[in-house]
Amino acid sequence: MYKKNNILFLYSILYFAFLYIPVMLLPVFSFNDAIHMVFPLKGFTLKWYDQMIHASRLHQALFNSIKVGVIASIFSTLIALLAAKAFTKYKLRLRQLSYGAILLPFVIPEIIIAVSLIVLWTGMGLQLGLIPVTLSHILFCTPFCMLVLISRMEGFDKNLEEAAMDLGENAWGTFWRVTFPLVLPAIVASLLLSFVISFDEFILAFFLTSNDQTLPLYMWGQLRFPKKLPHVLALGAVIIVATSIIVMLSYWLRNLGNPSGKKNNIGGI
Amino acid sequence: MSDKEFIKIKNVSKKFDDVVAVDDVNIDIAKGEFFSLLGPSGCGKTTLLRILAGFEYPSFGKVLIDNIDVTDITPNLRPTNMVFQNYAIFPHINVKRNIEFGLRKEKLSREELNQRVNDALKMVQLEGYEDRFSNQLSGGQRQRIALARALVKQPKVLLLDEPLGALDKKLREEMQLELRKLQRSVGITFIFVTHDQEEAMTMSDRVAVMNKGQILQISPPKDLYNNPKNLFVGDFIGQINFLESEVKSVDQQNVKVSIKNLGDYTLTYIDNINQGESIVCAIRPETIQITKNNDQIKSDISVKGKISNTSFYGNMTYVYVEIEGIKKPLMISTSDPLEGLTYNSDCFININLKDIRLIKKN
Repeated sequence: MYKKNNILFLYSILYFAFLYIPVMLLPVFSFNDAIHMVFPLKGFTLKWYDQMIHASRLHQALFNSIKVGVIASIFSTLIALLAAKAFTKYKLRLRQLSYGAILLPFVIPEIIIAVSLIVLWTGMGLQLGLIPVTLSHILFCTPFCMLVLISRMEGFDKNLEEAAMDLGENAWGTFWRVTFPLVLPAIVASLLLSFVISFDEFILAFFLTSNDQTLPLYMWGQLRFPKKLPHVLALGAVIIVATSIIVMLSYWLRNLGNPSGKKNNIGGI
Repeated sequence: MSDKEFIKIKNVSKKFDDVVAVDDVNIDIAKGEFFSLLGPSGCGKTTLLRILAGFEYPSFGKVLIDNIDVTDITPNLRPTNMVFQNYAIFPHINVKRNIEFGLRKEKLSREELNQRVNDALKMVQLEGYEDRFSNQLSGGQRQRIALARALVKQPKVLLLDEPLGALDKKLREEMQLELRKLQRSVGITFIFVTHDQEEAMTMSDRVAVMNKGQILQISPPKDLYNNPKNLFVGDFIGQINFLESEVKSVDQQNVKVSIKNLGDYTLTYIDNINQGESIVCAIRPETIQITKNNDQIKSDISVKGKISNTSFYGNMTYVYVEIEGIKKPLMISTSDPLEGLTYNSDCFININLKDIRLIKKN
C-alpha cells in the first residue's frame, strides 16, 4: 500500500479544480435567472435553453459546423489512412523527410495558414464561404489523423494479413476480415478527433467564411450583446455534455475492438 | 509422378536486389514426409518456405506440388497452409472463429463447421478453448491453435516456420514429440524450417542443410550425423573434430592419407579426390577414447596429449586434449570421466580408422 500523502492529495484536488471549475461555471450560470454572470445566483430557470432552442441562426450555425466537421473528418481520415498505410507498409525513400512534411501543418501557427489560404483563395478569384473552411479543416486535421493512425498501424502484424491469404482469402477478403476490423478503432478515433478539432476551430473559419457562420463564430458574435450571453452559456453546457458522450462512446468502441475483457488501458481517443 | 516427387523444387533462386537469398535449389519431397530445412539465420530457409507458400515469387525456377506447377498461383489458392513463427492468431476473433476462418469458402453447414472445429481442437488437445482470445492463451496454446487452424483446411502440405522457437526448452521438447506424432497420424507432408539442429534431427525423415542460399546436403538425420559431406554440415550438426590432412595416394577402394602430426593411414575411398590434395579428417568426439596409459585398449591411432579443459554435462563430460603440433585441442566426450584425468594431466587418446570421415575442403 502507498502511504497516504496529504500534500499530493491536496495537489490533485487543486489540479482538478483548476481544470474543471471554469468549465463548470457555464452550466451553473446557464440555469441562473439573470443576464449577468455574477454571484449570488438569482434562481433557477430554463428560459435560456428555450431561447437557444428557438434561435434559428444558431441552428444554421450548428448545422454548418456539423456539415464542415463531418466532411472534414471523413476526408482527413481517408487521406491520413492511405498515407499511414504507405508509411507503415513500404520502406519509402526520404521517409523521415516526408513524414515531417506531412506533420508540418501541425506546428505552423494556425493564423499563418489562415492568412496564406485567404490570400491564395481570393487570389484565385474564388468566393469565400464554407467550402474553403472545409478544405482548410481537412488540411488542418490530417496531421492529427496521421498521428492516431500511424501509431496503431505501426504495431500491425503483417503476418496476420499473410495468414488470412494463406487460409484462402484474396486481397479484398483479407482487408475486410482482418485488416479493417483491426484498424477500425483507430479509424473511429481519427474520425472523432478530427470532427472535434473541426467543430471548435475558430481562426481558419473566421478568415475563410463569408456570411455562413460556424458555431464558434456564432458564439463569438453573440458575446458582443450582453442580452444574448445566457443562451450561449446554455449552448456551451449542451456542448460539454455532448462532447463527454462522444468521448465515452469512443472508449466504448475501443473496447469493442479489444474484446478480451481487458479494459484497463487508458489513453487519449 | 511418383509419391517420391510429391513436391518438386526445381532450380529455384531468389534475389533481393543484389543479395541472393536462395541459390539454385533443387529438392524433391515425398508424400507424407517430415522434411526439415535447417540452417543458420539468414541462410535462406525461410525465404524458400515463403516461396513454397506463395508469399515470395522466385526470381528463377519452378515449384510443383502434386504434379501441378504452383509457381504462378497466389497463396490463397495453393494447397499449402502455414504455421507462422509468431503464430499470427487473429486477435479480434476467438479461437473458434480463428479455426473456421479458412473454411468459409467450403460452404459447410453449421453442424459440419462445428464438427470440424471440434475435431481440430481435439487433435491439438485444446477442447473447450473455443471462446478464448489470443491474449488469453499461452505461447504453447497459441502454437497449437495455429496448427489446428492450418490443419483444419486439410492441406496437401503444411509449412512450419520455426514454430517452436518462442517456447521454453521443456515445452519445446514436448512439442517436438507431439508434432511428430501428429504428423504421422494425419499423414500430411510437413516442411519444417528451423535453425535448431536438435529439433531437425529428432523429428525429421530427412533434413536439408542450407547455408548462404544453397543446399549443402539432404539426408536422413543419421546419415547427416555419421556422414557429413561437407565441412559446414559436419560442424553445424553436433560436435566434431577436424584434422588437417593430405592425400598421399588414391586407388579404387582406398586413400592413403597423412594426418598432420599423427602419421599416415589408409582410409576408405570417397569421390573426387586427387593425390596431393589437402583434405580434412573428421572425427566425432564420442568415437575417441581417452585413457591414462597407451596400453589399456587396442586402437589404430594412439597419441599422447595433455588435458586443457573439461566441462561436465551430467550424462557425459567433454574433455579437451591438447596434442603437440595440432592447433585446436581435440574434443572428446566420455560418459565415464576417468579418475585422475583432470586439468593439466597427461593422457592418451585412441582413435579407430573406421570412425574417421574424409571431407573435401570446399
